[in-house]
Amino acid sequence: MALDNQPKREFKVVGTRPPRPDGVDKVTGRAQYGADVSAPGMLVAKILRSPHAHAEILSIDTSAAEALPGVKAVVTWRDFGPVGDTIIDIGEDSSPLADIRDNCLARGKVLYDGHAVAAVAAVSAEVAKAALKLIKVEYRVLPYVTDVDAAMKPGAPVVLSGRVEETVQRGMSENVTHYCEFGHGDLESGFEAADVVVERSFTTAATHQGYIEPHACLASMTADGKADLWCCTQGQYNVRSVCAEILGMEASQLRVTASEIGGGFGGKTSIFIEPVALALSRKAGRPVKLVMTRDEVFKATGPTVSTSMDVKIGMTKDGRITAASSHLRYSGGAFPNATVDMGAQAAFAAYDLKAVRTFGWNALTNRPKESAYRAPGAPQAIYAVESVIDELCQKLNLDPLEVRLKNAAKKGTRSSYGPTFDDIGLIATLEAAKAHPHLKAPLGPNQGRGISAGFWFNFGGNTCVTLNINTDGTVSVTEGNPDIGGSRASIGMMAAEELGVPFEKVRTIVADTASLGHNDITDGSRVTFAVGLATIKAARDAIQKMCRRAAAIWGIDEEAVEWVDGAARPSGPNAGQFPPLTLAEIAAVSFQTGGPIAGHHEFNADGAGVSFGVHIADVEVDPDTGATKVLRYTVFQDAGKAVHPDYVEGQMQGGAVQGIGWALNEEYIYGADGRLQNAGFLDYRIPVASDLPMIDAVILEIPNPGHPYGVRGVGETGIVPPLAALSNAVSRAAGVRLNRLPMSPPRVLEAILSKG
Amino acid sequence: MVAVKLWGSLRAFADGQEVVQVEARNFRELLDRLGETWPGLKPQIARGVSVAVDGLVYREAWFTPIKPDSEVVLMPYMQGG
Repeated sequence: MALDNQPKREFKVVGTRPPRPDGVDKVTGRAQYGADVSAPGMLVAKILRSPHAHAEILSIDTSAAEALPGVKAVVTWRDFGPVGDTIIDIGEDSSPLADIRDNCLARGKVLYDGHAVAAVAAVSAEVAKAALKLIKVEYRVLPYVTDVDAAMKPGAPVVLSGRVEETVQRGMSENVTHYCEFGHGDLESGFEAADVVVERSFTTAATHQGYIEPHACLASMTADGKADLWCCTQGQYNVRSVCAEILGMEASQLRVTASEIGGGFGGKTSIFIEPVALALSRKAGRPVKLVMTRDEVFKATGPTVSTSMDVKIGMTKDGRITAASSHLRYSGGAFPNATVDMGAQAAFAAYDLKAVRTFGWNALTNRPKESAYRAPGAPQAIYAVESVIDELCQKLNLDPLEVRLKNAAKKGTRSSYGPTFDDIGLIATLEAAKAHPHLKAPLGPNQGRGISAGFWFNFGGNTCVTLNINTDGTVSVTEGNPDIGGSRASIGMMAAEELGVPFEKVRTIVADTASLGHNDITDGSRVTFAVGLATIKAARDAIQKMCRRAAAIWGIDEEAVEWVDGAARPSGPNAGQFPPLTLAEIAAVSFQTGGPIAGHHEFNADGAGVSFGVHIADVEVDPDTGATKVLRYTVFQDAGKAVHPDYVEGQMQGGAVQGIGWALNEEYIYGADGRLQNAGFLDYRIPVASDLPMIDAVILEIPNPGHPYGVRGVGETGIVPPLAALSNAVSRAAGVRLNRLPMSPPRVLEAILSKG
Repeated sequence: MVAVKLWGSLRAFADGQEVVQVEARNFRELLDRLGETWPGLKPQIARGVSVAVDGLVYREAWFTPIKPDSEVVLMPYMQGG
């Protein structure tokens, strides 16, 4: 379904800012989050985790724990069955099911500090904790590696054997499991044509999604093998698929209900505790609740990749990029992944380049398996690229925004990752930034301004929606994606727009896995685009049925009925012959005219449309302490069409804030023992309100031709530019280029002192 | 025939070619022909690929039509966070 042929469609609901439909529940504490669900006879579960970064498990003795009064079940890897070679699509890449299983409960080896080894279900948390202390695990400690560059060296401790893909060059460490290369053109000639070439190396730390709600679930399996699972997740259908396979169940026997979700950002596309809770419930014959502590969340759930990168860019004196290359080395922890693919493709996507090449490697390290985090892989690569472009602008005394405009990708540009762009909004976004007062505001001493462009792909994916016309004239939309970014509102608004009824007449429900066909995870900035599109089609399906009912009531052909402003009207030769029949009037007599009325649509959505953003950051650096204060921040991003502008602004602001955290403070710190040193919010510092200025958001609306209202995804692009925008601003304020994130005060101070 | 652009690390499995020609009318036929003609591409296809057809990225959609003059780019399996 392409963009509707209505050049300037006047929307009545889309584009307005109604109150969020789940707001009252959330602010009054009525909303049911993961840990809020309980069941009669419920047990409490706790997990025993590895104290070692890398060790062979020689034996596990659970007998003493099982004998403890109040303990009802203990599980280890032996309670999970074989899963064959199945590869399953969750989050940012397709993972072998065996890896997901072995991350839930270690099999043979523990691969990182905090890797789950065994679990206990008991009548209370205290008994469960006491039981954990009675489990005897005999380890043989192995050498470990937590740094990506060290892991790639020949002779590095091998995290997992036999996982190297066929694309990886010979002679590298066995930890290097994946290699990719993208690009086109003649790099050598391109660099020769440049007046200045800058080549720099960069590193970024692993960062955690930092959602407020820890992972939590309640599992209940009955004696006949039927199970229910309530959990906080971005994708209940994938939880069902994975758990059913690991537990050896048929999917139909497991119903998964997604709770409200206290933040995800990609980190709840993964599965860590749900199969464990199900296995405990199966063994105990009672419901089992399992809630991670914050320490466990940091140690055993997905941070991002940590990276080491080299970027080389050539530029002429007038600001034309002649050639660009990057070498990206990503580690996503102890299991193979291919996040570097997306970083390598995104690195130079904002630019129209004749010669461009990116090379990427993924390496295993003794760290927790990464999870997706907003635009996985892209912020890191684009940080390195945009930093070098900024340095070139400084060397050539060029305006950084004009340079980006001069080189910007546009319709017809062959992208750095292969396809030719259709309509894209980058130039409009840059022009909006150029015209904004922020860019002209004066700066004071020790202050600097940084800008950065950013890119993300956006996806569609498998989607299924049912829309019921209730007999009282209201509408129920049933969709299958947890609401992590305001989708109840945006979906309801699109239903109301299409049907021609007030938004308040529509209620959107997130279905469990038994109530609706498969829906892909809430990821890839896909939901407002794909579920919205399916909702529009489901509404049109219902409209067609309502027109047919009206035609039958009037005794005319259904082709002679049109839907206008929420009512069926006779058209053509019958126009004006009958008064319109509203949705409510048709619904009220639906039993008499053929039965209930519903619309439905299912598909694998395509046409999501890529997304660009431009960020401007002003900072002040304290030369005595190295501390950075963010003074002003403005985000410009193309939303295609902003269905609910408050939510779009929220996504843009939230991405910027998280990116500020990555840039200035957040990092996984490992000790000499290979153990995580800062597994808590006191030592792992995310930005809080007092660290931040108002994040100004400027929404652009360049319609996506792949959606009838022009909608694009907006959830991920916002985290792509901040790393470079902050780094460029801090580098200009400090008078010295910084090439390592986070730019914490000691590092900034060290850089200032090093310049003499 | 459809001209398919391969990403760089796959070219070693297609005699070093950046663009290969296959007889295909849709996404599924494209992958089948690629795997038959260049068996070295099969492991990557099994792990998952997307296909960009005239700038639009498709995943899994077997019956997406491909015209002979379409711009077709083989891409890694695309996802998000």
